[in-house]
Amino acid sequence: MHMHKLERIWLIFGTSCLVIFLTVIGVSAFYLGNKPPSCLTTVNPETVGQEKPFNEPGLHKVDGKDWEYELVFVASTFSYSPAQVEVPLGAKVKVIATTKDVIHGFEVAGTNINMMLEPGYISEYTTTFNKAGEYLIVCNEYCGAGHHLMYSKIEVVK
Amino acid sequence: MVTSTAAKVKVDPRDAKLSMAHFFVAFSALALGGLMGLLQTLVRSGKWELPWGIDYYQILTVHGVLMGLVLTTFFIMGFQYAAVSRTTGGHSNAARRTGWIGFWVMLVGTLMAATMVLLKEASVLYTFYAPLKAHWIFYLGLTFVIVGSWIDGAAQIMTYARWRRNNPGKPSPLLSFMAVINTVMWIIATLGVAATVLFQLLPWSLGLVPTVNVLVSRTLFWYFGHPLVYFWLLPAYMCWYAIIPKIIGGKIFSDSLARLSFILFLLFSIPVGFHHQLTEPGIDPAWKFFQVILTFMVVIPSLMTAFSLFATFERYGRSKGARGLFGWFKVLPWGDARFIVPFIGMAAFIPAGAGGIINASNQMDQVVHNTIWITGHFHLTAATSVVLTFFGISYWLVPHLTGRKLTKAMNKLAIIQGWVWFIGMAFMSGAMHFQGLLGGPRRSAFSTYGGSEQAAEWIPYQIAQAVGGTILFLGIILVLIIFVNLAFFAPKGEEEFPVAEAENLEEKAPMVFENWKLWLGIAAALILFAYTIPFIDIIQNAPPGSKGFQTWSKW
Amino acid sequence: MAKTELNTKQKTEIDDRSSLKGTLASVFFLGIFIIVTWVSVYYLFVDRF
Ligand code: HEM
Ligand SMILES: [Cu+2]
Ligand SMILES: [Cu+2]
Repeated sequence: MHMHKLERIWLIFGTSCLVIFLTVIGVSAFYLGNKPPSCLTTVNPETVGQEKPFNEPGLHKVDGKDWEYELVFVASTFSYSPAQVEVPLGAKVKVIATTKDVIHGFEVAGTNINMMLEPGYISEYTTTFNKAGEYLIVCNEYCGAGHHLMYSKIEVVK
Repeated sequence: MVTSTAAKVKVDPRDAKLSMAHFFVAFSALALGGLMGLLQTLVRSGKWELPWGIDYYQILTVHGVLMGLVLTTFFIMGFQYAAVSRTTGGHSNAARRTGWIGFWVMLVGTLMAATMVLLKEASVLYTFYAPLKAHWIFYLGLTFVIVGSWIDGAAQIMTYARWRRNNPGKPSPLLSFMAVINTVMWIIATLGVAATVLFQLLPWSLGLVPTVNVLVSRTLFWYFGHPLVYFWLLPAYMCWYAIIPKIIGGKIFSDSLARLSFILFLLFSIPVGFHHQLTEPGIDPAWKFFQVILTFMVVIPSLMTAFSLFATFERYGRSKGARGLFGWFKVLPWGDARFIVPFIGMAAFIPAGAGGIINASNQMDQVVHNTIWITGHFHLTAATSVVLTFFGISYWLVPHLTGRKLTKAMNKLAIIQGWVWFIGMAFMSGAMHFQGLLGGPRRSAFSTYGGSEQAAEWIPYQIAQAVGGTILFLGIILVLIIFVNLAFFAPKGEEEFPVAEAENLEEKAPMVFENWKLWLGIAAALILFAYTIPFIDIIQNAPPGSKGFQTWSKW
Repeated sequence: MAKTELNTKQKTEIDDRSSLKGTLASVFFLGIFIIVTWVSVYYLFVDRF
């Protein structure tokens, strides 16, 4: 099998680009801690409303952790609890969310907070809310008739 | 002598009938699915509402199932069946019978699933994610479609195997080899979706078991879902590698490298499903990243394809005396629909591929996951690169099979069709990409999200999508006019089934490419490596199962 | 064009016939496009919280 010299040049160039992309995201994920949301904790979806921390949705200040606040959301057809929340600008927050019924999405539009909520699993993402403004939370996974009416709001305030 | 060579370059009329049967189903799906697509864009513009209690998610289910599953599977099976017939000298009676059985089983399955969707018993979209629970007949219908496709594909494999027995030591005809690679990949891939439907969803929807393991079901689905998109793409690559060179009057740049790229697709298309689950809980990030690496591997055969295609064009152009860096580009047959319609598809694959690399880039998926960017992406890959190539194929294959000719007038209409599609898709897919980067979600009817400022910014893009959708629907009407003309009304005659030759006929493809034990072994090893440990993890650490939900609107 | 080319005409013609420099230029254009789009979205990822 023969490969043209220019094709070899192209494939070396192309493959090197791919390797560079992989290195950039690999270092960013595993060294700088920007892994995609992959929490491995489970919960019983039927009783999740009574269990900590989901019995008290909303923003909570925490001590002695790598983050200052925990922002807890519970999703169910077709709403999020809480329906609106304020977060202080610059706060390092762990967002913790789950669903009581079907699969939902949890996307804070215009940010990197974008995760699937699946029954039985807790989804988490830690980030610093460093830009003020009003952010829409949308459900971006089909969940039924009211899917496009399912939203919440985060206000990042000074 | 004359008759025997003539018989060889023509698909046997009995095989032609079966291929055409597939195409009638495929183009009916296109007609109905296209209408749904138009309606979706109109609803999403916010200027129009669906009448008679029809629900957005019902028509979205129809669109996804018809376009993503029915149009593609039927067209591909019909095309590959004809390509194998054309390049091996025809199917045996046994293979033909097998093909027909497969066709009918698929059709019955399709009708079962379609009935349930129309009755609003299955508004679960074409991905049917548990714990949304559709009617059991929907799942049974899907099972029939899958099993039918296996039987249908077996016909191609039987004929390929017979050719190999009759021609020991010779590499098989390129198109047959490629068709069989795609069929084998399809069979391995559909094992995943068959497993979740048969062992999880069907018993659960029948009430035999109370709950379902959601993450296992999704993981099995996406084990299938990524190779699914390569199952759509490879027949287009078959046309680009092995048919287009003949249409333009050139040669295949390298037969061996074409085969190599298909082998790489077989190996690396399957163990990569986690790249659709990057933002999901319950899967270890290290395993996600491992499959991301494998996903990047599957980019390489596409890089090879890009080079081969440009090289075929350039070699041809220079043989016609074209000069300079890009002189060859001008002498390509721009007036030939059989060339230009697939060519627009190839061009669309440049932004489509670039988008795909972004989607697969692990945490970067958080920027685009389940936004309408994704929909924009696969309307470039599937709904432009792939279907424009399929249209381009049918513009010569349908008259070839029906004993008619593509007339000058139809050729012209076909070229217009290609450009209309290009313009419509530029609007629709372009707007979807930008709206997606701003966060606009996919799979969503029109909504102002309680007067949100961000959502208000999305609306102009949705209007642009409706403009694009309208133009695209015009494109679909043109396709249907041409298809009906070629199937029933075009003048009788002979239309060529173009099959290209390699530039270098001395260079025989290495026989190792036909060593199925080797490739299936490596494919299995890669799949086991990429999936065994995370899959055991998912099962062992599973939360309590989910009961079923029917949250969509009913009649 | 220039006179000196006359002598080399025969040679350039043969070279030109089998040359794939247009192909290389085209695929590199494709490569650059991929890099630019990827970097733009990576920038969005880094810029957002
Ligand atoms: C007239 C042409 C078309 C139009 C106007 C159109 C429009 C659309 C729109 C607006 C959506 C997204 C809806 C949403 O996410 O809420 C969509 C989804 C989709 N389209 Fe198309 N489309 C067209 C052709 C095609 C073709 C030819 C294919 C297949 C090859 C296709 C396959 C799909 C698939 C698989 C989905 C995803 C459905 C889902 O998310 O469940 N479309 N289409
Ligand atoms: Cu939803
Ligand atoms: Cu994929």
